[in-house]
Amino acid sequence: MSILSSSASITRYKVHGKINAPIIDNITNGLKSNTISEIDNQIPDKSSGWTSFEKPFQPDFDGSSFVYGNYFVFALRIDKKNITAKVLKKHYTIEAAKRMAESGREYLSTNEKKLVKEHVISGLSVRIPATPNIYDLVWNYEDSVVWFFSNLKAANEELETLFAKSFNLSLIRLFPYTAAELSSDLSDSQRDKLQKISPTQFVK
Amino acid sequence: MLDVAVAYRRYQFLGEEFLTWLWFVIEKNQNIIKNFDKDFVALEVGNRVVFENRRKESAERVTIKGDGASLEEGILALKKGALVTEINLVYKSAELMWQFTLKGESLNISGLSIPNTGSAESDEDIEGLVLEKIFLYDKVLQLLEHLFAHFVKLRVADAWQDKEISLIKKWIQSS
Repeated sequence: MSILSSSASITRYKVHGKINAPIIDNITNGLKSNTISEIDNQIPDKSSGWTSFEKPFQPDFDGSSFVYGNYFVFALRIDKKNITAKVLKKHYTIEAAKRMAESGREYLSTNEKKLVKEHVISGLSVRIPATPNIYDLVWNYEDSVVWFFSNLKAANEELETLFAKSFNLSLIRLFPYTAAELSSDLSDSQRDKLQKISPTQFVK
Repeated sequence: MLDVAVAYRRYQFLGEEFLTWLWFVIEKNQNIIKNFDKDFVALEVGNRVVFENRRKESAERVTIKGDGASLEEGILALKKGALVTEINLVYKSAELMWQFTLKGESLNISGLSIPNTGSAESDEDIEGLVLEKIFLYDKVLQLLEHLFAHFVKLRVADAWQDKEISLIKKWIQSS
């Protein structure tokens, strides 16, 4: 989901904490050390990490390339290899038959079946290219606000984990309670009341 | 602050009351919105509203779809004790228009279309284009933040019990 799309989904976050100076250098380091790793032609079936907003398939964070005016703009990329159940079944059946022919037996033990399955998945993972999903992110550092361009639960959870790992800052998702607590400028007495409210009945 | 997972469930009603109140404001008192945008033209209900009634043993869900759809069924749902759980809104400011769906329990925004911008013809243009898009996203997100903050302050004030609830009840009953 992109900032430039004709239709966007946005999850809003408040950033808890600040980065030590020099800010841009430290953010660059956090991005570089957690840049997406390519997994094509390799065994892993999933990879996630930061990538550039403008060049998501050639991540490069040098020269403050992620700084746009007062904002930091980059993206979370999640690459995943999808092996369909039917493809897995086909290759598993062929491989299992081959093993049985080699051993002269008509069956495989549970453990052997498990090993065959793992072997087939590894073999297919090397051959199948990963499907990339790219989710843009806008970070207003001054206001400690992040907009993440996806409402998908898995993508948001990946973002929260990676952001904490990269910058040592936690992201607090803005939903009704946190938005009231953190973004509504409440006084102490208003906060106390917020803790005690219960649902309103608009009808008898 | 409460544990986040507990708070999400516990205050789900707050987001749904916000959307229900917002529909009331759209129908009855758009002047409030002018306080947050000097170029404000209109905030309208768009092509989808979802209502949910959790007062019943099995939660009842009513979805109204389509441009210019009749909202009578929605009012009926409110009369039975439902709240708005999701609403599509059209926001107009100066000559510009935004459309999006807002979900009560998460305050997540989806299907957000912002006013058209020019396209980037060179790398140098991209930064300008991105900043223009950010400005347009920020405009609608700021409005929502202000409206929610206004609602929360009203919600914890005596005026909620003393005045606002009866105004909303009156609107529901007379619609």
